Amino acid sequence: MAVITYRDALNQALREEMKLDDRVFLMGEEVAEYDGAYKVSRGLLKEFGPKRVVDTPIAELGFTGIGVGAAMVGLRPVIEMMTWNFALLAIDEIVNSAAKIRYMSGGQFSIPIVFRGPGGSALQLAAQHSQSWESWYAHIPGLKVVTPATAADAKGLLKSAIRDDDPVVFIEGEMLYNQKGDVPDQEYLTPIGEAEVKRAGTDVTIVCHSKTVAIALKAADQLAEEGIKAEVLDLRTIRPLDTEAILASIVKTNRCVVAEEGWPFAGVGAQVVDVIQRNAFDSLDAPIIRVTGADVPMPYNKTLERASKVDVPKVIAAVKQVLYV
Amino acid sequence: MATTAAPKPPTKVDAATAELHRRYLRQMLLIRRFEEKAGEAYSLGKIGGFCHLYIGQEAVAVGALAALRPDDYVISAYREHGHALARGIAARAVMAELLGKATGCSHGKGGSMHIFDKSLGFLGGHGIVGSHIPLAAGAAFAIKYRGGDQVSVCFFGEAAVNIGAFHETLNMAGLWKLPAVFICENNGYGMGTAVARASAVTGLSVRGSAYDMPAEQVDGQNVLTVRAAVDKAVERARTESKPTLLEMRTYRYVGHSMSDAAHGTYRTKDEVEEYRRRDPIKVLADVMRAGGYLDDPGYEQLNAEALAEVEDAYKFADESPEPELDALHRDVYATEVGNRKPETGGTS
Amino acid sequence: MATKIVMEALSPTMEEGRLVEWKKKEGDAVAVGDVLAEVETDKAVMELVARAAGQLLKQVVAAGATVPVSSLVGWIGAAGEAVGDDGAAAAGQAAGRQGGKAAGETAAAPAAESAPAAEAPPAREAPAAADAATPAQSAKAQPGGGAGAIDGRIKASPLAKKIASDKGIDLAGVAGSGPEGRIIKRDLDKATPTPVPTTAPTPVAATGAAPRAPIRTSGAPFEDVPLTQIRKTIAKRLAQSIGPIPTFYLTAEIDMERAWDAREALKAQAGDAGKVSFNDIVVKAVAAALRQHRACNAWWQDDKIRYWNEVHVGMAVAVEDGLITPVIRNADQKSLREISAESKELAGRARERKLKPEEYTGATFSISNLGMFDIEHFTAVINPPESGILAIGRIAEVPTVVGGQIMPQRRMRVTMSCDHRVIDGATGAAFLRTVKMMLENPLALVW
Repeated sequence: MAVITYRDALNQALREEMKLDDRVFLMGEEVAEYDGAYKVSRGLLKEFGPKRVVDTPIAELGFTGIGVGAAMVGLRPVIEMMTWNFALLAIDEIVNSAAKIRYMSGGQFSIPIVFRGPGGSALQLAAQHSQSWESWYAHIPGLKVVTPATAADAKGLLKSAIRDDDPVVFIEGEMLYNQKGDVPDQEYLTPIGEAEVKRAGTDVTIVCHSKTVAIALKAADQLAEEGIKAEVLDLRTIRPLDTEAILASIVKTNRCVVAEEGWPFAGVGAQVVDVIQRNAFDSLDAPIIRVTGADVPMPYNKTLERASKVDVPKVIAAVKQVLYV
Repeated sequence: MATTAAPKPPTKVDAATAELHRRYLRQMLLIRRFEEKAGEAYSLGKIGGFCHLYIGQEAVAVGALAALRPDDYVISAYREHGHALARGIAARAVMAELLGKATGCSHGKGGSMHIFDKSLGFLGGHGIVGSHIPLAAGAAFAIKYRGGDQVSVCFFGEAAVNIGAFHETLNMAGLWKLPAVFICENNGYGMGTAVARASAVTGLSVRGSAYDMPAEQVDGQNVLTVRAAVDKAVERARTESKPTLLEMRTYRYVGHSMSDAAHGTYRTKDEVEEYRRRDPIKVLADVMRAGGYLDDPGYEQLNAEALAEVEDAYKFADESPEPELDALHRDVYATEVGNRKPETGGTS
Repeated sequence: MATKIVMEALSPTMEEGRLVEWKKKEGDAVAVGDVLAEVETDKAVMELVARAAGQLLKQVVAAGATVPVSSLVGWIGAAGEAVGDDGAAAAGQAAGRQGGKAAGETAAAPAAESAPAAEAPPAREAPAAADAATPAQSAKAQPGGGAGAIDGRIKASPLAKKIASDKGIDLAGVAGSGPEGRIIKRDLDKATPTPVPTTAPTPVAATGAAPRAPIRTSGAPFEDVPLTQIRKTIAKRLAQSIGPIPTFYLTAEIDMERAWDAREALKAQAGDAGKVSFNDIVVKAVAAALRQHRACNAWWQDDKIRYWNEVHVGMAVAVEDGLITPVIRNADQKSLREISAESKELAGRARERKLKPEEYTGATFSISNLGMFDIEHFTAVINPPESGILAIGRIAEVPTVVGGQIMPQRRMRVTMSCDHRVIDGATGAAFLRTVKMMLENPLALVW
């Protein structure tokens, strides 16, 4: 086990997969000569050359579509969004092209492509640069949506995403790049579509993903001091959603809090709640509470920003609410 | 800006050329008769949704695709029946797709706007204006990435030159010298908006200069001129790995889609009639007649063959089965991972 | 400060009252509780009593006038005090509000008929009676049951319901500690399994279980059994077919020879003191039969059926301008003599319209007798929320085949009207058979 950052774990994943398969290439703004806006692609240009590590103009729609076209004819592109906020400009290619070509063509074309980059809230980046998009993409049949929370998952899931024959929206936590974690030394893959219990508990399930995993774990620590044993379930993949893992946990704890950074309306948590009420109605001992980002564009002001975000006290309060304490 | 002049009417052609021209004529007649049949089927309710006919533009598809190799890539927008047929997709498979049948080339899931055939490198019909232009460049990128000598050819209407995807793509194609041929079919109207009302420059080929891309305006009503121009562009892509922008001046006689009038608010009947005198089928037939290798019975024979092929295609399509209901959830993903089940909301 | 006298709601369904007679004249001294006037309600003639002391200052409404509930009928105050709206506002409002509220209830629930008066006592008694064996009652005893009691629904989390169902715990006996008294898992950790009442409706046993059970002799006066799906469907479908109460009729002919003989013997032995009417005998038989057939001793309550553990028999009595049904309470526990005396007394006061509301409401089953009018056989109309009424015809000697020979026999035809939402054919028939058996073997009445 090596302790490395989430950023370096992603870098390792890219490097390993590019070594293994020369159909894999990385394309995006500042990925090559600048070594990546967030340094995820550090050293890759030097190692693989400009053919496979391709700097683009600022033209998200264009280079995303170029990636999709290359995938249609057999390459395995990794398209980096400098941040997912800019991917809105490319969303037509992600949704109307990448997600649908397999279906529209009656199954003739696979689109083995990864769209990746940082998402979620950051610090004082204000409304346009600090937001979560996973529920948007998870809405789309044909896309897979992955949101790793730890260094180990970041590496294992990115490797799986690159090997996957479907388009994968891979949303990294912008605030997680510096987080360190244990990463296995040997080759490994983290399967897409499998949630993981990050901490076992019996009293309540906190369903979370990406940055809210760390928040949930901290909340669980504090709750443990009060004798409340919270189970922290990291979804890891939003689509396909690991409904079995969710239900297994709910059947055990009978109570659930869903924590996500995104906005509440039609968010990831709404889907989780639907899955639970439909499949585990008789296991519920309390209504499920969602803890989400505030239903506002992200404010710049630090105090307002903090108030808008999911944090440990909010999760703890929600847990106590479902525990009736 | 270079231009390709109409080849001089051959006074004497060899047998191979005569046969080639006969093939162009036959293909154009097939597309014409096919589209007429499609229009009829649409009126009968056999074809639903949007259906954009290619009548009047046949020379572009036939001339351009004659210049390609089987391993090249072709991609188009939503007025793509003609490109699909000219690329060699069987009329049966295209008609069946229009009728939404399981035997359609996209198994009935695509319809008129989404005809795909991977085996022929036909990367589809795409329904969002301009959205497939980056995809064409992506195929070209892949060719170059693999060091191949194929070419990626992209058809789009003139209205697409005003959308961002066109500019972003042509910029990168020019920047990265991708082996692509961008064929703009300028039929004069983006739906009901005349070019002059939508574009700051009406000679659209000039836009290539912004991206260091060879470009020219071509008489899209003459299949031989189209072929000659595309030959040059394909050669440039294949040997020099350089993209070309071609503006085909053409015309559609019919409405934007089956639900639009052929003329009325945005153009006159006289204008449509004027263009009919420059009908691409007539233009080629005249050349062949002048060359002495087409007579009326010969024309009628080709037309009858085209008609028979279309009728056969329609009969095949009409009698083909509907897709099985369990196809509904098929082909969403290549690999079903985890314990995914279709998201049904619990009701289906 | 003068006090208003208002027309009070003296019966549960009263919307207006006729001031029959002033019992105090203007200027008379009045103590709290004094009868001020007689008021005729929709059911009876009642007393309007003073809520304040002083002098009857003014009779605003003349005798014979009919006024809506809560309207001003007079003033009480100090001698010489001027009466008017200003000075009397506060006290008047209090009385007005009281009357207004009652009227409002009546208006809001016209179909409830006698339900409010009858329901109130059990609801108050419930906490004391709450134990595992009286599920429906104790539901109201749970903490926070105030909110839950309004719609009468037990609030429990889905998990709690599942556990209760699996372990056979009756949620009605569990106090909920969640918000608004919601029963949650931890509340069940302490609970012990209770036998599911035999009357507890399950989809399969619903039609059979409830009707055949005998009445419980201990615990709460009744048990509310929520409607099963099949019962709901029966109710809906039948109601669509015949009016609001889907009624069907069962007729039986009863050999009254032995009852006749017994009555004669009693009279001969005890003289006037031993005089009982056939009606009394029928009341006694019906009450005893109801004890065995709880299914017919029940109220239809829209979302549930209330199976009474007490037997209160109403008997229709014709009065000058209509009909009233005084109730013999706990008739099953009373002797024939007690029933006879009580019915005589009640009928007398009914004819004088002197019955109090509690004396003509709350029956669990009724009988209507037109035998004295020489009616052979008729059908009576059910008095909701009761679900059955027995119509008694005359006793007549008719040719009857007994042991292969035709001989005269005193027979009586009775017809039971049944609310099909509550009583099914076989259920009613079983009950009627018991009634018949009891009347044909009077010894059974004391057995």
